[in-house]
Amino acid sequence: MATVEVTFTPLPAHVRTARLVATAVARRSGVDESLLDEVRLAVGEACSRAVEAHRRHCPAEPVRIEMTDSGERFVVVVSDHAPTAPARPATPGNGPHPKTPENPRTSGHDGESAIPAGFGLAVISGLADEVRVLSTSSGVSVHMSWPSTAAPS
Amino acid sequence: MDLKLGHYNKDGIEVVDVEGEIDVYTAPRLRELLIDLVNKNNYQLVVNMEKVEFLDSTGLGVLVGGLKRVRAHDGSLDLVCTQERILKIFRITGLTKVFGIHGTVDEAIAAKKSEK
Repeated sequence: MATVEVTFTPLPAHVRTARLVATAVARRSGVDESLLDEVRLAVGEACSRAVEAHRRHCPAEPVRIEMTDSGERFVVVVSDHAPTAPARPATPGNGPHPKTPENPRTSGHDGESAIPAGFGLAVISGLADEVRVLSTSSGVSVHMSWPSTAAPS
Repeated sequence: MDLKLGHYNKDGIEVVDVEGEIDVYTAPRLRELLIDLVNKNNYQLVVNMEKVEFLDSTGLGVLVGGLKRVRAHDGSLDLVCTQERILKIFRITGLTKVFGIHGTVDEAIAAKKSEK
């Protein structure tokens, strides 16, 4: 069972809320202060990705975040229910090769792509200690974790 | 307010002051401003990020898009940023090699003038 679970309507306005909650839970879980900016950014990226996927495929479905304090690690899972497209190669750099639907967030309103699809996941992989992207036909879940110490009693 | 934007001209260069958080929700406003400035023939831009509290890949995409637009007119887009937590995402993505990043607006303007 997750320590904290949040579901929110897939609107960009709510991504900030998700970031703030995740940062607060991470702090309470004993994640070092120096890592909290990374938690905030990584969770924001994952949520932004999920929001855009839902807006394209299932705007009535909420995005889900599960945050778990396992004692030694703080684990965040951001899950969407958008059907996945065939795998696209990640951008050059340190990121994994995620299997994700095309991210419309990287496409400008005038059709040009300022940055390639999958960029958000590449950023996440540079921020979290451990990152796994699990893709099924019914959606994608992004698993991220950071080291934590036991919260003070 | 999540994002506050302002701009002014200094020595022929359009300086954009950004304050607050640039994310998937607020980035479109910055994007529209940069497009508007380019449409008004401002091709030498400096974006001052010193009061930016958060920047994600959506924001990076907007900045890259702005850079592409000005370069199409032989212009340039430079950044002012000394905050390590903001510079981090530029480093992770390798975009420190793409953008000129300066310590102050005056330094950015001086660098642009020396390029001419």
